[in-house]
Amino acid sequence: MTSLPAQTQRKLGLVIDLDTCVGCHACVVNCKEWNTGGYGASLSDQDAYGAGPTGTWLNRVHSYEISPPDGPAQIVHFPRSCLHCEDAPCVTVCPTGASYKRVDDGIVLVNEDWCIGCGLCAWSCPYGARELDAAAGVMKKCTLCVDRIYNENLPEIDREPACVRTCPSRARHFGDLGDPDSHVSRLVASRGGMDLMAEQGTKPVNKYLPPRAKQKTEQTGTTRTTNHEPPAGGFLGWLDNALEKLG
Amino acid sequence: MHPAPSVIFFTTSSGVGYGMLALMGILAPLGLLPADPWFASVAVILALGLISAGLLSSTFHLRHPERAWRALSQWRSSWLSREGVAALVSYGPACLFGLIWVYGTGYDTGYDTGQGTALFLLGLSVTVMAGITVYSTAMIYASLKTIAQWHHRLVPPLYLMLALSSGAVWLTAVAAGFGMVPDVLVLIALGALAVSGLFKVLYWQAIDNATPLSDVGSATGLGSMGTVRQFEAPHTEDNWVMREMGFVIARKHIQTVRRIVMLVGFVAPFACLLTIITGMGFEQPMAWLSVVFVSIGIVSERWLFFAEASHVVGLYYGRY
Repeated sequence: MTSLPAQTQRKLGLVIDLDTCVGCHACVVNCKEWNTGGYGASLSDQDAYGAGPTGTWLNRVHSYEISPPDGPAQIVHFPRSCLHCEDAPCVTVCPTGASYKRVDDGIVLVNEDWCIGCGLCAWSCPYGARELDAAAGVMKKCTLCVDRIYNENLPEIDREPACVRTCPSRARHFGDLGDPDSHVSRLVASRGGMDLMAEQGTKPVNKYLPPRAKQKTEQTGTTRTTNHEPPAGGFLGWLDNALEKLG
Repeated sequence: MHPAPSVIFFTTSSGVGYGMLALMGILAPLGLLPADPWFASVAVILALGLISAGLLSSTFHLRHPERAWRALSQWRSSWLSREGVAALVSYGPACLFGLIWVYGTGYDTGYDTGQGTALFLLGLSVTVMAGITVYSTAMIYASLKTIAQWHHRLVPPLYLMLALSSGAVWLTAVAAGFGMVPDVLVLIALGALAVSGLFKVLYWQAIDNATPLSDVGSATGLGSMGTVRQFEAPHTEDNWVMREMGFVIARKHIQTVRRIVMLVGFVAPFACLLTIITGMGFEQPMAWLSVVFVSIGIVSERWLFFAEASHVVGLYYGRY
């Protein structure tokens, strides 16, 4: 059924810290590794060893350059995957009922046996989170590692999404964003966690933590002589004056 | 958006078919179409053939067409599902209507009151179902907030008017084939061409002047920090999302293609039909020429509808 549940018991999702992400793509690789052998059809590659390799990935890391009006530019690494939206348009547009949102934990999944591969759900997603697998012909998306997080065959420490488990800079956090006391909800509250494209009305569950404000350092020029040096005192001050007179 | 040939053919071909059906459903019971069983059979079979060819073509767009029947299940939430249901349901009244119309012996003498009423009611339901189906097709696109050029209030009226105008031109040509073109049909075709052409111009002005709902700042959430620019892409080659939704090939030719659409799709068939209504002769070749023009025009229009639509996911790739 592709009508959305009025509300879900929990809102499982990710909190991604843009301040600490170093853009190493480990989450991307571990996601592919786990999910190509996990839930549903494998994540195929085409021309994997050729000149133009492409393939299905559920997580992609962009890097953006932010130029503030005053001060130096900054690079922010930006992982992009399914946000498991509360008002997920990808669910309601699905004509077959293959795309659905789970009532008990809010995870958005695709029943691959029902998917006709029309691609409409991907058109409706603002975030580019869904990719049609070229080999299987069905829509693939982040499952929040539904086959890990409840998997009692795994040690408890591994029962979180592969991307979260592998992140070396601990920029990814997994938990229940519907519970205001969960560690992810507290992170969002303390760091000003934000929605991506809130204006699209999708009510994303995943939140992004903005980069912390940089310490304001005075902008330095491009030539050495324009450097703003602090005034020197004592012997160095005398030397500075002496060199000034010589020059 | 990537202009998939199967979807372009589907929406244009079924649009012509539903336009023809909608006109026949109203005009035939009123006795405004030629009372000829051959004309009626050719017109109904052609309309249903165009619709069926379109529907068949749309399944080529699916990666798993063998599961297409499942698409009829989610009419509560999905416009694509509603379209499928409406398309299938409309076959019922359309076939019945065609049978009664074709095998009836004539409007003025052949129908008794019961048959006349049946034809009128069936015709009305054919027209309504044709309208609902084309409206559902339009809403598949118009309901997508991610694509500003589609999420526009002029899109449903445009689809309806384009189906009506192309259907009217085709029906006129069929009537011309039998040497009996009713003036009212040509007048409807002229009117529909004028209105749909006007809508198209208004639509182009509207989408060109629209302020985008989202930008790279809101897409990344980083806009408040400064100007955001993609520094490095996540992957070296393109991917399915970029091929499907990052179509940028035609953008530099958009104004040229718009002029072609306007000239070939609207002005040229309008001129051809004018020669018919003014009785300048060459009725048959002119009617068929108008079909060629309107068909090329509407296929170009639909191709452009996809090519000039940009999806907000392009913001992440610096391609919006």
